[in-house]
Amino acid sequence: MNPISRRKLITGGVVTMTGMAGLAAADRIARRFGLIPPDGGGVYGPGETMTYAAQRLIGKHALAREFPRGMVSKTPFMNEVAPLSEEFKRHQAVGFKDWRLVVDGMVTRPVSLSVVDLRALAMGHQITEVVCEEGWSYIAEWIGTPLSTVLSEAGTLPQVRYIVYRSIQSDWWESIDMADALHPQTLLTWGMNDGDLPVGFGGPLRMRVPRQLGYKSVKYITHLTATDSLKRFGKGLGSASPEGGYAWYAGI
Amino acid sequence: MVCFSALLITGGEIVISHTRFYWGETGNVNMKPLFTIPIPSSRDTVPTGYGYVMPDQNGWSRYLHFEAAWLLVLTGVVYGIAGFWSGHFRKDLVPLQGERTWRAWWRAFRGMKSGDGTRSYNVVQRTVYLGVIFVLFPLVIWTGLALSPGFNAVFPLGVNLLGGRQSARTLHFFISDLLVVFLVVHITMIALNGFWSRTREMITGRAAQPAAPEVATGLAAEFVSEERV
Repeated sequence: MNPISRRKLITGGVVTMTGMAGLAAADRIARRFGLIPPDGGGVYGPGETMTYAAQRLIGKHALAREFPRGMVSKTPFMNEVAPLSEEFKRHQAVGFKDWRLVVDGMVTRPVSLSVVDLRALAMGHQITEVVCEEGWSYIAEWIGTPLSTVLSEAGTLPQVRYIVYRSIQSDWWESIDMADALHPQTLLTWGMNDGDLPVGFGGPLRMRVPRQLGYKSVKYITHLTATDSLKRFGKGLGSASPEGGYAWYAGI
Repeated sequence: MVCFSALLITGGEIVISHTRFYWGETGNVNMKPLFTIPIPSSRDTVPTGYGYVMPDQNGWSRYLHFEAAWLLVLTGVVYGIAGFWSGHFRKDLVPLQGERTWRAWWRAFRGMKSGDGTRSYNVVQRTVYLGVIFVLFPLVIWTGLALSPGFNAVFPLGVNLLGGRQSARTLHFFISDLLVVFLVVHITMIALNGFWSRTREMITGRAAQPAAPEVATGLAAEFVSEERV
């Protein structure tokens, strides 16, 4: 082997320095524009950041595919849920009339809404596919109140960057950025295929985020919190999913 | 090679969480599968006929799968640009003028086992390499992207052209299998022709003869990514 020549050494050095400076600049720009997901640290951080940043750059406002009514699955799969709590069963026994959705955090008017209130507020519907990270999927019509309407009802402050949402099942909590929270297809769903949303599919109230995998569409929603940072929630990784080893951003 | 191994292992782990494959847009355990891989699953909701459930490895598998995919695509872009720039594709991979016939292909194929001792790729190698680089790799990336709900929102045609989400998943599985077949055959052929000397040549770009002139060293870097499947 030849010893490394001076010219090669200098060229190599310059290339490495430029590369590192480029990476540092990219990192700063990504931080500046909020393109780093809350689980963007660690060994898998670069990959997650690339995916999240790329999708936010090329398709922040893109709409999930909607399907004709004829494609609605005749045999949707509800997936299993953890055993329902006594508290849930009490709500179920009275037809969920006391079910409340609390909206708090960085909002001007914290509110507490029943499912009837939500129905009266606004209605949106969409025929979209539920896509599970395991590989299976089904199409259904989802009827609900756009999350953006609920958020404007509560008056989110301008510095809000994420909406944290919690289930009555306390180990289920998630969060989304404002691109998804204000997205027209993100619905607080109370109806499915022209009927009430069945309990197995998340009734009385399920968050539907059709641009992400099914695990972001949390069932039995009771609580929304508007925040500018996810650091104070759980382990600071954004949601229960990264704490269990799954990506926070599930748009892939 | 590192990325491909990572993608293969994690891809396998992800398949284990749902061992059934479908055709069309939707598919779930309430629907008839196209076929089922006869192995236990890591989810108890998947009927496999086995009495037990495998441990769930999907979380880290998915993180690693997508990170390795990014790295592979970026390496591929560098390789592609370098390949066109240096004329490597045109000179070394496009079949020679006189060899673009089935007869030449078959002749080269039959002669492969013994190895013809030349330093240039024969027509079988050339067509297979071109197929892997310009058909299988783009297809595996396309079918993989078609499984991303976020990307499908941006570019719905990508998944619709493949006949739907479940078709894309099934195709992704088969194309990955073809890449594995290529890899196995490729490594077997290398092994039959002297594993270490061939690997050394691949990485340095230098022929194995000890008499090779020193000048060759400078060319090495260009071909480093040559066999990085």
